[in-house]
Amino acid sequence: MQDLLYFFQQLINGLTIGSAYALIAIGYTMVYGIIGMINFAHGEIYMIGAYTALIAITGLATLGIAWLPVILIVALICAMIVSSTMGWAVERVAYRPVRGRHRLIPLISAIGMSIFLQNYVHLAQGSRNIGFPALIDGGFQFGSADSFQMSLSYMQITIFITTLICMTLLSLFISRSRTGRACRAVSQDIGMANLLGIDTNRIISATFVIGAALAAVAGLLLGMYYGSIDPLFGFIAGLKAFTAAVLGGIGSIPGAMLGGLILGVSESMTSGYLSGEYKDVVSFGLLILILLFKPTGLLGKPEVEKI
Amino acid sequence: MAANTLKHALFCAVVTLVIAYPILGLNLEAEGINVTLAGADTSTVISVIAAAIVVFLFQLFRENILSALKSIPSPLPKTQKEPMAENKRARIESWVLTGIVILALFWPFFVSRGSVDLATLVLIYIMLALGLNVVVGLAGLLDLGYVAFYAVGAYTFALLSQYAGVSFWVALPIGACLAALFGFTLGFPVLRLRGDYLAIVTLGFGEIIRILLNNWTALTGGPNGVGGIPDPTLFGMEFGRRVKEEGNVSFHETFGIAYSGEHKVIFLYLIALVLAVFTALVIRRFMRMPVGRSWEALREDEIAARSLGLSRTAVKLSAFTIGAFFAGFAGTVFASKQGFISPESFVFLESAIILAIVVLGGMGSQIGVVLAAIAVTILPELAREFSEYRMLIFGAAMVLMMIWRPQGLMPVRRIHIPLRKQE
Repeated sequence: MQDLLYFFQQLINGLTIGSAYALIAIGYTMVYGIIGMINFAHGEIYMIGAYTALIAITGLATLGIAWLPVILIVALICAMIVSSTMGWAVERVAYRPVRGRHRLIPLISAIGMSIFLQNYVHLAQGSRNIGFPALIDGGFQFGSADSFQMSLSYMQITIFITTLICMTLLSLFISRSRTGRACRAVSQDIGMANLLGIDTNRIISATFVIGAALAAVAGLLLGMYYGSIDPLFGFIAGLKAFTAAVLGGIGSIPGAMLGGLILGVSESMTSGYLSGEYKDVVSFGLLILILLFKPTGLLGKPEVEKI
Repeated sequence: MAANTLKHALFCAVVTLVIAYPILGLNLEAEGINVTLAGADTSTVISVIAAAIVVFLFQLFRENILSALKSIPSPLPKTQKEPMAENKRARIESWVLTGIVILALFWPFFVSRGSVDLATLVLIYIMLALGLNVVVGLAGLLDLGYVAFYAVGAYTFALLSQYAGVSFWVALPIGACLAALFGFTLGFPVLRLRGDYLAIVTLGFGEIIRILLNNWTALTGGPNGVGGIPDPTLFGMEFGRRVKEEGNVSFHETFGIAYSGEHKVIFLYLIALVLAVFTALVIRRFMRMPVGRSWEALREDEIAARSLGLSRTAVKLSAFTIGAFFAGFAGTVFASKQGFISPESFVFLESAIILAIVVLGGMGSQIGVVLAAIAVTILPELAREFSEYRMLIFGAAMVLMMIWRPQGLMPVRRIHIPLRKQE
C-alpha cells in the first residue's frame, strides 16, 4: 500500500512538472515546425516571464492588494505581455535578418541571444536566487498519518488545470482561427503560403509571440511551485523542454504535450527511486537516445530529405 | 505611408519600453524571506526612456538614415593594387609568424608574473579555440559540449597523478588520447544527426559529463574537486622550493641560482606556448591534407561531397576526434597550471566562450581565431570595471557577427596550391 502511494506521489509530481515542461515545449516545437530552427533563447524568455510575474506580485503586495485571483491574473497578464514582447523583439532583431542562411548561423545567433538575455537579467536583478511566494498552499492528503502520506497540493491542481486550459485554447486557435490556419499553411510550405498571399513574416512573429506567452504562463506556475527563481533557471528548463519537444516529435503540438509528460514522469521517478542528482542525466540521456534511434520523435512526421 | 511609419515607430518605442522597463526599472530585493520591490535610480529610468526615444526616432527616419549611411564613403578605400603573389605572401607570412613566436619565447623574462600567468591562460584558450575551430569552422559541426573533452583531459591528469603518481609528461599524451577516445565514441553514433540536433546532443553530453564529475564523489571528489596536481618537471627537475618526489632534483639547485617562484610560471608558459604552436602547426598541416579538404567539402555541400565518394562518417569522425584530442591537451595544461580542478571550471558557459572565440575570429581561420582568443581573454582583464558586462557583450557580439559578418573578423583565406604549368 505504502509503495503504491509512493509511486503515485512520484507520478503526480512528474505529471505536474511535465505539464509545465509541455507549456514551454510548445514554443520550441511551433518555431521549429515553421522555420526549422531551434530557438535557443526560449528558456530565457520563460525565465523573464517568471521574473516579471514576481515583480508584478511584489508590486501588488506593496500596493496592498491581497485578493488572490486578482494577484494571479494581473501577474499572469503582465508576464505574458512582457514575455511575448520579448519573443517578438528577439525574433525581429536576432533571427529575421539571418533567416534562410546556413543552418548554423541562426543557431549561433540564438545562442548569443540566450547568453545576452541571461546576463541582461543577471545585471539588472542580481544573480542571487529570489524567493517566490507560494500564493496557493494546502492540499489533499492521502494515507495514514503515521506512515507515508501522499499529498496532492492545490498548487499542483492549479498547474494541471492551467496547462489544460492553455492547451485547449491553443488547439482551438490552431485548428479554427484564421491565423491558426495560416500557421499550419506556413509550416507546410512557407514559399507556397507566401505566394497565396499569407504574410509569412507576420505569422512567424505570431508563433514567437504565442510560444513566449505560454512560456510566461509556465514561468509563473513553476516559479510558484519551486519557490525561488534566479537568472540561470531558464537554461536548464529550456533544455528540458526542448528534450520534451524532441521526444514527442518536434513540430507536433500534441507531441510536445506527450513528450513533456513522459519527461516529467521519468525525471520524478529517477529522483524518487534513484537519486535526485541524476535526474538531469536521465533527461539528457533520454534526449540522446531518442535522437539516435527515433529522431522523428513519438508523434513526429518523418522528414524526407530532398535533394 | 507617413502614417504607417509613425505607427511602426511608435510600436517599436513601446516594445522597447515594455522589454526594458520592468526588468531594468523595478528591482527585486530579497531581505530574508521577504521580497520587496524598489524602483531603480533615476539614471536607469532616464536611459530606458532615452532608449525608447532613440528607437522611435530611428524607426521614424529609418529610410533617411540608411541612405545617409550609404552615402558616407568607406574609411578604407579599396586599393587598386594587385594582390601579392601567393608564394611571396606565404613566405612573408611565415617569417612574421616565426618572428612572433620567437618574441613570445623571450617575452616572459621581462614582464611581471601576473601577465605571464594571464598569457598562459590565453595560450590554453588558443589551443581550445584552434581545436574547436577544426570541428565548427572546418567541418561545420556545431559542438556545444566541447568543454567536456577539456574536462576529460584535465581530470585524467588530476586523477592519474592522485591515484598513480603519474607526471605531467606522461599524462599529457594519455589525457589527450583519452579525450580523443571520448570524442570518437561520442561521435560514432551522433554524427549521423543533422546540424542542430548534433548541437543539442553535444550540449547534453557536456552536461552529463559535468554532472557525473559533480556526483561521482568517490572517484572525482565531487564539487570539492581534485587538488595537489603536480607541476610539470624539466627532465626530472622540479620547480618548487623543495623537492616533493623521490629521485627528483630541484631546478634552482641544479643550476645554482636563487629560488624564484617565477621559474615555474615561466616554464608553464613556455610549455603552453610550445603546445599551442604544435597545435597550430598540426592543424595547419591537416588543413592542407586530403582529410582537411574533405572536412571543408563536406561542410560546403554534403550531398556533392558524398556523391564524390567521401565517407561522411569517417570525415566527420576524424574532425571530431582531432578536435577532442587538442581539448584534452589544453585540459592537461590547465590542470597543471591551476593545481586544482573542480566541475565549476567546465560549465556550458565555457563552451560558449570558446565558441564565441571561434565565431568572432572567423570560422576556419587560424590567425583570426588566435587573435580572437587573445582579445576575448585579455580585454576583460584590462577593463576590470567592465568585466561584469563581459558575457552580455559576448552574447550581443555573437548575434551581431551572425547578422553582419558571419565569416568573422578575419575570414579564412583558402590555402591553395597552383597547378604546375604543363610542358
